[in-house]
Amino acid sequence: MSALLEFLKTYMWPLIFALVIVGVLPLLAGYVVLMERKVMADMQARLGPMRVGPHGLLQPIADALKLLIKEDIIPENADKLVFWFAPVISVTAAMLAYSALAIGPFFQIAELNIGLLFIVAVSSMGIFGIILGGWASNSHYSLLGALRSTAQMISYETAAGLALVGGVLLAGTLSTQKIVQAQQGGTWFVFVAPIGFFLYLVASIAETNRAPFDLPEAESELVAGYMTEYSGFRWAVYFLAEYANMIVVASIATTLFLGGWLRPFGSIAALDFLDFFPPLCFLGVAGYCFYRTPKQPEPIQSGVMALFGGLCLLLAAAMALPFVPAFAASKAGVHGAFWFLLKVSLYIYSFMWIRFTFPRFRFDQLMKLGWYFMIPLSIVNVLGLGVYKVLRQLQWSRWPAFLLTTGGTLLVAIWLVWLAQRKVAVPGPVGDMTEAEG
Amino acid sequence: MADTRISGFPGAEQTVLGADEIIINMGPQHPSTHGVLRVKLRLDGERIVDSECIIGYLHRGVEKIAEHRSYQQFGPYVDRMDYVAAVSNGLGYCEAVEKLLGAEAPMRAKVVRTILTELQRISSHLLWLGTHAIDIGALTPLFYCLREREEILKIFEKYCGARLTTHAFRIGGLQYDTYDGFEQEVKRFCLDFVHRVDEYEQLLTENRIWIARTKGVGVLTAADAIDMGATGPVLRGSGVKWDIRKAMPYAAYDKYDFEIPIGKNGDTYDRYVVRMQEMRQSNRICLQAIEDIPAGPIMGKVGKVLKPPVGEVYHSIEAPKGELGYYIVSDGTTQPYRVRIRPPSFINLEALDKMIKGHLVADVVAIIGTLDIVLGEVDR
Amino acid sequence: MTPTQISQIAFYFFAGLAVLGAILTVTVRNVVHSAIFLITSLLATAGIFLTLGAQFVFAVQIILYVGGIMVLFIFVIMLVNLDVALHQLQFNRQGWVAGLLALVLASQLGFAIWFARGEGSLDIPAGRTGALSPQNVEQFGLALFEKYALPFEIASVLLLVALIGAVVMTKKRV
Repeated sequence: MSALLEFLKTYMWPLIFALVIVGVLPLLAGYVVLMERKVMADMQARLGPMRVGPHGLLQPIADALKLLIKEDIIPENADKLVFWFAPVISVTAAMLAYSALAIGPFFQIAELNIGLLFIVAVSSMGIFGIILGGWASNSHYSLLGALRSTAQMISYETAAGLALVGGVLLAGTLSTQKIVQAQQGGTWFVFVAPIGFFLYLVASIAETNRAPFDLPEAESELVAGYMTEYSGFRWAVYFLAEYANMIVVASIATTLFLGGWLRPFGSIAALDFLDFFPPLCFLGVAGYCFYRTPKQPEPIQSGVMALFGGLCLLLAAAMALPFVPAFAASKAGVHGAFWFLLKVSLYIYSFMWIRFTFPRFRFDQLMKLGWYFMIPLSIVNVLGLGVYKVLRQLQWSRWPAFLLTTGGTLLVAIWLVWLAQRKVAVPGPVGDMTEAEG
Repeated sequence: MADTRISGFPGAEQTVLGADEIIINMGPQHPSTHGVLRVKLRLDGERIVDSECIIGYLHRGVEKIAEHRSYQQFGPYVDRMDYVAAVSNGLGYCEAVEKLLGAEAPMRAKVVRTILTELQRISSHLLWLGTHAIDIGALTPLFYCLREREEILKIFEKYCGARLTTHAFRIGGLQYDTYDGFEQEVKRFCLDFVHRVDEYEQLLTENRIWIARTKGVGVLTAADAIDMGATGPVLRGSGVKWDIRKAMPYAAYDKYDFEIPIGKNGDTYDRYVVRMQEMRQSNRICLQAIEDIPAGPIMGKVGKVLKPPVGEVYHSIEAPKGELGYYIVSDGTTQPYRVRIRPPSFINLEALDKMIKGHLVADVVAIIGTLDIVLGEVDR
Repeated sequence: MTPTQISQIAFYFFAGLAVLGAILTVTVRNVVHSAIFLITSLLATAGIFLTLGAQFVFAVQIILYVGGIMVLFIFVIMLVNLDVALHQLQFNRQGWVAGLLALVLASQLGFAIWFARGEGSLDIPAGRTGALSPQNVEQFGLALFEKYALPFEIASVLLLVALIGAVVMTKKRV
């Protein structure tokens, strides 16, 4: 018994955090979906979900309930066990990745020495969910989706990994905590390695199967790709995994390139008033909620709106907590989480923006982009950052070193684009049939 | 050792990779076959080795129905062929019967017909643009297109009470005169629409991904296009300057000044550009026509009971999708002896097999989109 | 439960899983299932690395074997027709060759274990305790690039040769 207590004492916080993440993540993913629909509607001159709850605020819950009680269909000749297990793999991999993420200096399940490597390793296993799900469905569309997904993942994981290597090189450590600490006081790595950040942005869109790289589930081509035969709860689990993965890649990018939980301009004392931003932000949202409350058409909608307002007030109070001298120590934790999540949201917002703006790549174009542009450029980027690091050690000042290395990498990028353009210039169908036959 | 030869399904051949060719049925229930088209694809990996179009899921026997309806009664049926361009269908039918009767619609009716038909062309092209873009993965243009299409449909609704299957015209002229404020509304729409087209083009025309997805995809040479009888933007995209509005003017088209945009390479991108230009030209025609709609009657001299003389007639118009022709044989009774319709979609669709061979699955949806087919018209 | 107990339980769990996965890999008929069990086995091996405190090796095992090689395996398996494999004879009469090979392998393994008993065979600069310290990524890197630089480079050249060889072979075919 005492042994158990001892165990609990040692692992209490990690356990609580793990439970919080498992509990909150589906909800969070649901609201990311709502946000996506709202952003999409805004960009497409419409309103988006408005029916369930005020401004569709309860839509995710309604959707989740609907999916839970939907009929669960397993295709006739499907490999039932694999079919059943595949979504679980996807979502497990996505959730495991959170265990090493540091959402603020305090909120972290496990501070691992190999943090970033662990996240990359674990989230790379999510692909099995997609492949096996596509294969087990016993449908050609699913299979094609799975095949596309595999090829895409392998290609873009390399680019993403190399982009991360650049950041890790600058930080000199794989631990998520220490990576952020390395950016404290100095500049965020996005300003040192903008090309690395760009590469990771593109590769992470591809890795999470988002448009314009959403070929594995391209609805206009493969119906729904690997998810074609899935329905109901299993489908919801895939969906959850997808959005969870989005949050994971956004968190990685935030940690490595955007200074993690650090406040913008954290080192400039004159801008310390930014510390008031988190509570004021929530206060503003709460105020808007209360302002809209009497304008709702139904009393119950007003109630929900007021409830959301109250929730925001509560959060504002939590954000204001560090200003009470007795709780001043909580500042790093509470505000850190706020800034971290804000950056993650902005990153995800850019995903959505890109999705609603661009058409979809074709498969061979995607592969060409990956192998002819992304991977070579990411290797050059690592090289450039290595040179940067050496130059800094040789007492060069920041700007010349930065301009030299980034400029050089940029030149290579332009060269690669030029090369690719020269190849594209030949019109006609992709490849030659007669050649492939012989 | 067991027999390791691969034998998946009848006719399967081993390909370079040692993998099976797979057959997938795209449609009849597929998000981007624009209705109930079924395309059977034989794939090597993702490359199309062979394809076969299977149509007929929406066959309603429109031509047969015509033989059992009076000339007026058949009017609404043609609306249901190309249901996104009902006004154009109606125009073709009415003019064909008028030709058979030897009657002519008054000038006012002709001008109003021209305006409505050009508006319909714009709305049909808008729907094409939206769905074509969404096929290629650009989600947003669809909603912008539908926003403007809505304006046009509102004008139709105000004019004749229906939005989709309008049955806007009558044999011999129009049933309704224009409503109050028709001119202003059309003019306002047209003046606004120029900027809207710019907006769509801003999203797509110079987008690198869009260009990569459409340039060199589904090339149809001018010779092939003519051989297959392709018409409309599909033909003009291949660089053939053929437009019935210019070649054999009908309605009031000879009065107006407009150009026929043509493409160069005959690929998906060219057809896209041609249609975008056509929208601008249609807009131009509308603006010219709306300036002076001649006064006068809206109905020509045709009797209550139509009994055309014995004979036959072929009349074709430039529908949004190409040449829409009506061949009507009369035996002197109130019902046509035979009606044969030449739908542009059906004939353009024949080019599909040729265009998609050697392409990837993703290109199939792009090419189906660029042909701009409506299954109601293909199957009739 | 002390940490030692936990790690012991974890070891036996992972070891059992690895062996079970390996056996199922060669006995199940469906190739995809086989691949899944191989993945299980590899993951269990990664888990054993973790119990030994070799975090870096754990991550690399997952990234390379599970995330890389096995994905390619399944990719290829999905492309071929499974029905043929299902009806193929699973065990043929070359058992004695396999038995001989297994014997050789077992004796090699036994020799290695016997040879390395007590002492760690890989000399890590900071001493043996270093393997369990949380700083082992740095130490791993230092060991690899300082002490074992030559073998490391030779291995990388070997991989490069294999890579080029693969490219050349596929080029010729098409």
